[in-house]
Amino acid sequence: MSDFALPVPAKRWRVGRLLPYLLSLPSLLVCVGIVIPFVASAIYSLQRYNLAFPTGRAFIGFGNYISFLSDPSFWNTVEVSIIYTAATVGIELLLGLAIAMLLRERTFINNVISVVLMLPLMTAPALASLMWKLMTNPGFGVLSWAVSLIGLSNFKWASDPHTAMLTVVLVDIWVYTPFIMILLLAGLRSLPPAPFEAAQLDGVPGRFVFFRVTLPMLSPFIVTACLFRLLDSIQQFDIIYAMTQGGPGDSLMVFQVGAYLEFFQYTNVGRSAALLMVLWVITYFLSDRFVRQWHKLRERRQGHA
Amino acid sequence: MREPITRILRGSALALILLFFLFPILWILLMSFQTNADILRIPPRLGFTPTLSNYVALLSGKLATSSGTLDITFLRNLGNSLLLSVASVAASLVLGVPAAYAFARYRFRLGESIAFTLLSFRFAPPLLVLLPLSLYFQILGLTDTYGGLIWVYQLITLPLILWIVRGYFEDASPDIEHAYRVDGHSWWRTFTRIAVPLARPGIAAAGLLAFIFAWNNFVFALVLASADKQPVTVGALAFVTAAGIQYGQIAAAIVLSILPTLALALYAQRWLVEGLSLGAVKG
Repeated sequence: MSDFALPVPAKRWRVGRLLPYLLSLPSLLVCVGIVIPFVASAIYSLQRYNLAFPTGRAFIGFGNYISFLSDPSFWNTVEVSIIYTAATVGIELLLGLAIAMLLRERTFINNVISVVLMLPLMTAPALASLMWKLMTNPGFGVLSWAVSLIGLSNFKWASDPHTAMLTVVLVDIWVYTPFIMILLLAGLRSLPPAPFEAAQLDGVPGRFVFFRVTLPMLSPFIVTACLFRLLDSIQQFDIIYAMTQGGPGDSLMVFQVGAYLEFFQYTNVGRSAALLMVLWVITYFLSDRFVRQWHKLRERRQGHA
Repeated sequence: MREPITRILRGSALALILLFFLFPILWILLMSFQTNADILRIPPRLGFTPTLSNYVALLSGKLATSSGTLDITFLRNLGNSLLLSVASVAASLVLGVPAAYAFARYRFRLGESIAFTLLSFRFAPPLLVLLPLSLYFQILGLTDTYGGLIWVYQLITLPLILWIVRGYFEDASPDIEHAYRVDGHSWWRTFTRIAVPLARPGIAAAGLLAFIFAWNNFVFALVLASADKQPVTVGALAFVTAAGIQYGQIAAAIVLSILPTLALALYAQRWLVEGLSLGAVKG
């Protein structure tokens, strides 16, 4: 990691010092253009600002946030987001870990399966939602027909407030379980073989090995994968918007869908921005935790390489 | 592990898993070759005469419906997806590869914080930026331009390229570059002749992955693009709500829209683990 400019004369040396800044500047400038709207959002969130009533625009401090406290639709958004995030990340972790354990050995067939399982992850989430929408259509959907076979003839999937959450969670699991699976599979296969060979020689039972050796050694990968998914899941928009646009009623009104509709349907810019700022605070803490964890994994990888 | 019962259990578990994850793709593929009458048949039947009429309708842009012919712009959506993804990735490579090199080779003040600021864009709620931008774009005259969209797409593609390529530069030893410099070659020559060729596999992988992510993006274009600039993800949604559309045609549109990314993913599968973890885990 030494500075390259060492053997060159003084004038070049100055250029050498500036070089890294010059190289990263264009990237940064592109992104600064993106920081400006972010600041704008923060300011809007402190204003009474509705596009339909431009003259009523005024600074109201934390008014938008304070009104959230007594607003049942805000608490509904919080509740729906937490349920969605907990259900998707929880199930995806268990399922992803189970699949990774099944595919752990480096055999040809296991490698083929792990590649094929990646296909849902490469499907655009919005299009995945449309695929499931076609399969759960009450008129001809193959899944509607399948559940009617087991006696659930009136199962309406995403169009019933009671089962809408189940439907979108299922789509999320379909798309994102492979993500956790491949990360944990890479983790499992990178573990040193010695502890496992020793355990096998000593006749340690498999369950004991799993909970006392495999899980602890795999935990950095599990934490990284989970934080990654938590960050995406709490912000989920594509799957829910493409499936029901937050409905029926407000049964799937997660943060970003709520903010989108607040902006475009009710033209209430201030409230929409405040909702997004609340979400941003949540993701900020999660991503801070994530970046530290991710850094640890990276250093480890470089240590091994 | 060698007992027959565990092997049977393991095999059936894997079969169930494959069924769950592959069935939707296969089913939609079958649907895209069916006529409306075949699709509406209950219970569904696997025996049907495949038809290409759905694809023909999509590609010719003319749908024959009960209420006359309907013009559709699905090909245009496909073209938009291609244009937006290719241009965004190209711009990100030009901007991101030199920056990745700087972060990998030099310890400079602010360097690490600039790198992490760029990474953090990957995790902020996109609407936080997109909604004010939809207002600003009107003022700046960028509303409904490819340029404006490509610029915003950098939020998706740039962090990915920056962090994956950085890892590849860090893995390559600086000694070769150093020797080349001592030989009297300029910095630029060293960068283009030695550093970039050594990191080429990483650059290719990052580019392919960034393309997949740009192609699959939905919310950016939903907020910022009007009908004639929309990529397939947004276009397909409008398709579903269009009057008189047939289900087989929706299925065919989905198949054509996911085919490119699935094919690329199979091709680039060696690098997927690394890309998806932004360079933190090697596959």
